[in-house]
Amino acid sequence: MTQFNGPAQYGFAERWLPRLVLAPSFLLTLVFVYGFIAWNGYLSFTASRLLPNYEWVGLAQYETLFANERAWVAVKNLFIFGGLFIGGGMAMGILLAVFLDQKIRGEGVLRTLYLYPMALSFIVTGTAWKWMLNPGLGLEKLVHDWGFTSFTFDWLVNPDMSIYTVVIAGIWQSSGFVMALFLAGLRGIDDSIIKAAQIDGASLPRIYWRIVLPALRPVFFSTLMILAHIAIKSFDLVMALTGGGPGFSSDVPATFMYASAFTRGQMGVGAASAMMMLATVAAIVVPYLYSELRGSRNA
Amino acid sequence: MQALRITLCAATMAVAFAANAAEVEVLHWWTSGGEAKAAAELKKMLEAKGHKWKDFAVAGGAGENAMTALKTRVVSGNPPTAAQIKGPAIQEWGEEGVLASIDDVAKKENWDKLLPPVVSNVMKYKGSYVAVPVNVHRVNWLWVNPELLKKANAKAPTTIDEFFATAEALKKAGIQAVAYGGQPWQDATVFEAIALGVGGPDFYKKAFIQLDANALKSPTMVKSLETYKRIKPYTDKNSAGREWNLATAMVINGKAAMQFMGDWAKGEFLAAGKVPGKDFLCVPAPGTANDYTFNIDSFAMFKLPNKDAEKGEKDFASAVMSTQFQEVFNLNKGSIPVRAGMDMSKFDSCGQQSAKDFQTTSKKGTLLPSFAHGMAMHSATQGAYYDAISQFWNDDKMTAKQAADKLVAAAKVQ
Repeated sequence: MTQFNGPAQYGFAERWLPRLVLAPSFLLTLVFVYGFIAWNGYLSFTASRLLPNYEWVGLAQYETLFANERAWVAVKNLFIFGGLFIGGGMAMGILLAVFLDQKIRGEGVLRTLYLYPMALSFIVTGTAWKWMLNPGLGLEKLVHDWGFTSFTFDWLVNPDMSIYTVVIAGIWQSSGFVMALFLAGLRGIDDSIIKAAQIDGASLPRIYWRIVLPALRPVFFSTLMILAHIAIKSFDLVMALTGGGPGFSSDVPATFMYASAFTRGQMGVGAASAMMMLATVAAIVVPYLYSELRGSRNA
Repeated sequence: MQALRITLCAATMAVAFAANAAEVEVLHWWTSGGEAKAAAELKKMLEAKGHKWKDFAVAGGAGENAMTALKTRVVSGNPPTAAQIKGPAIQEWGEEGVLASIDDVAKKENWDKLLPPVVSNVMKYKGSYVAVPVNVHRVNWLWVNPELLKKANAKAPTTIDEFFATAEALKKAGIQAVAYGGQPWQDATVFEAIALGVGGPDFYKKAFIQLDANALKSPTMVKSLETYKRIKPYTDKNSAGREWNLATAMVINGKAAMQFMGDWAKGEFLAAGKVPGKDFLCVPAPGTANDYTFNIDSFAMFKLPNKDAEKGEKDFASAVMSTQFQEVFNLNKGSIPVRAGMDMSKFDSCGQQSAKDFQTTSKKGTLLPSFAHGMAMHSATQGAYYDAISQFWNDDKMTAKQAADKLVAAAKVQ
């Protein structure tokens, strides 16, 4: 009996079980991610102030948003922060990975050390760096106490430089993670290719630059994806480190959105800026997904 | 403050639990020592009237977190009995159509007589009371460490010129003159006091209450901005982002001589065991002795589903206005009672002066709502003012004229 019915039941379960198991999370994602994106999109066309309302005002909220100087400061900061954070984090991470890849002693310990910042939340990172970068408490005071009184490092309280402190803390946090990704990639490269290059007389930097790193293209893109979305949605790091200040000099889109939607009674403007953030993320992710999916189909 | 935003999550989760309609549920952020004691007093008074008190305290962010929690509750159709909402925000909530009238209590207890019209107007939406005031904070205070002034041979300033003379004397003596906290609301608090001192109450009304573009770009405004910026050399550069109470601590510990701040700063001095008039002085901000910028906390009342709950709501409103609560609460909070004719003998000298000035300025028409504390304009406009003022304070390349133009633009944000 069992022998007879077995394969049919197995087939049924095989066909429906995955769908059944995936259904709840699919449904939740549909409602709580895409549903709410749609709702937010709708709100951005309404006159919502303190609470959501459904009076249609067309693009008025977007006009308000684009006329707002603070919003532009936030966008500019996103580009500064995003560019330097992704570039710097990647460069640091690759460098660390290459160094660790030299089969050095104590690699395990070092790897853990460098990876550790990733275990901290951005709030903790932000607060710790706030203390270190504060001229009256941290680095500047330390160097003054050593006797070099002409030393200044006041980026945290300098409106022109404050966004760069966010970059510093961000790179510190993420470069260990980038390192881990690249180290895994490096270990996956066939040793014989490198041996062959060595026999051909290629120098070590040349081997890395021309052979190893090009082979890591997929790792490179995954890392870029991860860092890019961290940069665009970054909120906690800025809140903890500078609070968007001095003034609003280190505001980023996420903090701007929070301020308009929840503390200033301009929910419509907040919704509009959230839509702009979504558009930015989509501009990066969609071409990537497209190229990846097409690539896998071809392969 | 920033870190406290984490509590947001917790707040939103707490919201998920619905309230039983038969109890009085009050959203507030009185969680620090003295304030919590005051809230406990309110609970006792309501329980004596046979109601069940349900605490809905959401700490942090000067009420920002609480507001987020409140929005969630109201949107889901399950508002608390009352919530700590103040100033024009009461009108904003009124416009959303969720506030309940408590006119019958107000009429019975004659609130129109007890409250100055500037105050009662804030509590009314379309002519009926929807909110009950709790206390009055005076914002235009200057807190002074007299010992440091003695060292520099200077006196507590009463005019703006005297203020800068004192500051200069302190600087010469090697003492930091002004303790400053560089957060937008604190920038606005100081600027508001200076603008009032420079331009007087009529200018203040035009610029910050009527949002009159002519006043905002007038030479008086430019001069106010320039005067405000003149304070900067007397502060330290680490002031960016500093919390107000840390700045107050600098005055308490003798690291700096003066601070512009509302009378909640008094609580810090008292908690450090300092005696008003002896260890610290409270003087009106320079040039504003005859004016009074107020910051009044209040509870707005929400529309409730049944009669029992409404009864509780009205008893709550009445309890808040009672002399007993007004005295206990304000002794703990450092502010003064809002209703007229209270016995002030238990209050300290700063409180007594504040109460006296509150009544006299009310008669003279120089009792003014503090825009920096959400008493004069909608939150969006206020935010735009904050942005302009903070940017001017922090950006040394920006001229006062440019800042005035930004204020004109800010006044158009509604």
